[in-house]
Amino acid sequence: MEEKLIKDYSSPGRKGYSLPPLEVEESEFNSELSDYLREDVQLPEVSEVDVIRHYTALSEMNYGVDSGIYPLGSCTMKYNPKRNERVARIAALSNLHPYQPEAQLQGSLEILYQLKLDLAEISAMDEITLQPASGAHGEFTSLMIVKKYFEDKEEKRTKVIVPDSAHGTNPASATMAGFEVVEIASNERGMVDLEALAEALDQDTAALMLTNPNTLGIFEEDILKITEMVHEVGALVYYDGANMNAIMGYAKPGLMNFDLMHFNLHKTFSTPHGGGGPGSGPVGVKDFLAPYLPKPVLKKDEKKYYWDQKRPKSIGKVHSFYGNYGIMLRAWAYIKTVGGAGLKKTTENAVLNANYLKSRLKDDFELPYAEDSLHEFVLSGSRQKAEGASTLHIAKRLLDYDQYAPTIYFPLVVKEAMMIEPTETENIETLDHFVETLLTISREIKEDPELVKNAPHSTTVRKLDETEAARNPNLHW
Amino acid sequence: MDYISNTPAERNKMLKEIGLEAVEDLFKMIPKEVKADEQLNIESGISELELMRKAQLTAKKNKSIDQQISFLGAGAYDHYVPGIIDALISRSEFYTAYTPYQAELSQGTLEAIYEYQSMICDLTGMGITNASMLDGASAAAEAVAMGARISRRSKVLLPDTINPAYREVIKTYGAGAELEFINLNSEQEIIDPSLIEKEIDASTGVVVLQYPNFYGSIEKMEEISKIINEDKKVVFVIIANPILLGLLKPPAEFGADIVVGEAQSLGNGLNYGGPNLGFMACKDDRKMLRQLPGRIVGKTKDVEGKEGFVLTLQTREQHIRREKATSNICTNEALNALMATIYLSTMGKTGLREVGEQCYHKSHYLAKKIDQLPGYEVANKDNFIHEFILKVKNKKSNEVLKKLIQQDILLGFDLKRIGQEGILVCVTEKRTKAELDKLIEKLEVL
Amino acid sequence: MSVKDDLYYSEDHEWIREEEEYLLIGITDFAQEELGDIVFVELPEVDEEFDKDDSFGVLESVKAVSDTFIPISGRVIEVNEDLIDNPELINDDPYGDGWLIKVDPADDSELDELLSAEEYAEFIEEE
Repeated sequence: MEEKLIKDYSSPGRKGYSLPPLEVEESEFNSELSDYLREDVQLPEVSEVDVIRHYTALSEMNYGVDSGIYPLGSCTMKYNPKRNERVARIAALSNLHPYQPEAQLQGSLEILYQLKLDLAEISAMDEITLQPASGAHGEFTSLMIVKKYFEDKEEKRTKVIVPDSAHGTNPASATMAGFEVVEIASNERGMVDLEALAEALDQDTAALMLTNPNTLGIFEEDILKITEMVHEVGALVYYDGANMNAIMGYAKPGLMNFDLMHFNLHKTFSTPHGGGGPGSGPVGVKDFLAPYLPKPVLKKDEKKYYWDQKRPKSIGKVHSFYGNYGIMLRAWAYIKTVGGAGLKKTTENAVLNANYLKSRLKDDFELPYAEDSLHEFVLSGSRQKAEGASTLHIAKRLLDYDQYAPTIYFPLVVKEAMMIEPTETENIETLDHFVETLLTISREIKEDPELVKNAPHSTTVRKLDETEAARNPNLHW
Repeated sequence: MDYISNTPAERNKMLKEIGLEAVEDLFKMIPKEVKADEQLNIESGISELELMRKAQLTAKKNKSIDQQISFLGAGAYDHYVPGIIDALISRSEFYTAYTPYQAELSQGTLEAIYEYQSMICDLTGMGITNASMLDGASAAAEAVAMGARISRRSKVLLPDTINPAYREVIKTYGAGAELEFINLNSEQEIIDPSLIEKEIDASTGVVVLQYPNFYGSIEKMEEISKIINEDKKVVFVIIANPILLGLLKPPAEFGADIVVGEAQSLGNGLNYGGPNLGFMACKDDRKMLRQLPGRIVGKTKDVEGKEGFVLTLQTREQHIRREKATSNICTNEALNALMATIYLSTMGKTGLREVGEQCYHKSHYLAKKIDQLPGYEVANKDNFIHEFILKVKNKKSNEVLKKLIQQDILLGFDLKRIGQEGILVCVTEKRTKAELDKLIEKLEVL
Repeated sequence: MSVKDDLYYSEDHEWIREEEEYLLIGITDFAQEELGDIVFVELPEVDEEFDKDDSFGVLESVKAVSDTFIPISGRVIEVNEDLIDNPELINDDPYGDGWLIKVDPADDSELDELLSAEEYAEFIEEE
């Protein structure tokens, strides 16, 4: 490897910390407790400078949004504003214990309350919980709400319908909530097939889970018909908010008659992904589902903000405390900075950037669905595969050009899929450069497919043996 | 301020390329019935100066724990966070990266997770660790669900000495998986092993224990472990506090099958309870590994034989196995895991133990002094590490709490919140002797 | 890509070899090629009984999971334990060391419904 492991910096007796002296007299461990003392741990013995050098070296082998374009479809890798970080680091906003008295937290609760109101406004939902810590966590929370709602109505409903283009978290969340998953195929335009939906819907159906625009970036034109069909059998419609960046200020899930939804603050509202998390996945519901929200729910009376713990119909808690508060501060700062009109402009530019890329790439790569798309679109690398290099190879070759790859092999309904979402924060030069690079790679495949097939060539490590990693797992030192 | 780079002229050029006149044309497929025709009812955007002013003013309505002396714990702990952590994680290559799907351009994140997995394995004594869970409570809930899948049994023993918030979350998840929970009630601050012996039967799939438990005490781990391990099918889940594992025996020594917990204490600040860091480790057993939720990083080699790291065993996960996945988890707490990794590297072999010892000696110093005061009693006697139950006689505990708040002291977690008597007091290495003595003095004159 | 002459085949890409006392079942060369490097194999317990077309196991490559479907009803009398530690045997020798299970068939006549080598070769040609 390029940079050795931290343990290999270890030298007996070396220290990277200092603590104040103990000051108080030592207490004996009673005979029972002393049985529970361990001999030692094998943690590294390194200096502070060792730690700094090592993790700085590791960071240099990484790539973030600050490094360049990050066109991962469905991930909304937009710029993460630095001022949000300043807000999140204000001591009086961050150095707070979850069990402090509410009277000491009125500032924070006010911020959370404003965030709730803004999310409700953006989505046309009535009540919001901020507790789920990720998008999938929000999905699970939502499905437990659906489950509890029907239990309360004494209706036994066992099925959840998801389109075949759905994010994998949708069916996985439905299973965790104890539902049976029914997958329905999309039609030739990449949208929900109304006939297939009609066939799947019955009295056992608890919910339909839908992303709109869907993972192909295509808006479900028949959305009102879809929600009506689901409601007709007494089931609920759930909105997966992963693609909110495509519609903010233009359309609202509540107006499409969705009953509940989740948001991804780490996508739409610009909070950093941190190499895979933390995120935040608030859930919004229409009034009739509010009693089932996880407890506690943030409320306000004439005098103060408070956590309403008395929620007899609540599904219970899904998180130790109130969710990923630090992420909520950043999302709040983002919404306040950008403002209502700015959010709409954000959507416009996200959609414009995606359509510009699509327009410039559609002649050289197969476009499996010609339908108009919003903030992201899906190309197929089938043509290139026939010429000798697959989508995976194209993705790896992009890394050689110091650009991150799109989401690949998803959605599953497209062969050799490349799902591209540039976001609004990329400028035209960056988009043009990305196009030129993909066109170059496409040319390289024609001229010298081996060059592309053996990519990446210039990264700190070259193509890694994933088969060996899975067959003989080496998961710790 | 909207963070959009392109000028109106550039946008027009792009529209021209697409073949459209106006940006609104991009949205013409949205039916007008669902269109938001008015502007969003959210105030106009503001500058950084205005934002900071607004945030600072709002922050003034808070009182943070550095403005008082805090003995609050109960699942969120105020430990020392070395300054280098924020400096390092703020490097944007870490901070603004996505999940390391393109391994060749994500070696920094991947190697750090491998180190994290190694250190958690070391602390817990377990053979396998995943890349993180959302928080301690959801990690515990997923461990219970995993245990039920492995044992193929649905009965779960849940002692009330487990953090009450965790028990709630475990039950929320359990309602999805249709598990049956047996609450075990403790008489004292620990659970009586004979209760477990009595309740465990052929339908019991999972037993959960917290180490140290919610009240700060150590359960009779050896004894309970023997009872549980009599039936090899029962999955033993231990919820541990990792910062104390520099001092305490690893849970693996008690025959744990799965070890989970909250690692916020490792170099992550409080942040009003989130983002936190759930960790999850299991036995080095292929069957267990197949059932483990979440991402896992493995070491491998590249085409030139150079060592490197990848996400591995992904067929367990939702993006591949969909409705048959071991969990729906996708986004995790990667950056918090990086913070814990840097923390453990910095504190190292001796530092982590010293933190544990300081917590122990300081909390026992305080407990002994308070126990000697008339009207107060430490319920755990001397069976605790850094957190104990203070019982107040002849006074209402919430009044004691209130009076101390007026004197800038947060005495602890009022157990009334969970329907019990007493105050849960936590002492970390951050508390000074002067602060402890001040508390003792105030309690004496109350 | 090879198709062996003396075997029966299913449209789910399994092959069956008739032995004296039992049937030997594996996946075809075509199937292993499509799956890519197999990294994990999950097989049934001995004595488990299956109806024709039931899923009896799972094969995993790095990025895909496939169920295996039994082409004939019967009881499992042996599973290929070597695959647990050496799943690559399926890639290296699908018709030999990479076999999956031995089955005691419930109804030999079900064999007649399977494809011959020639029919299977045609079938994969069309796929």
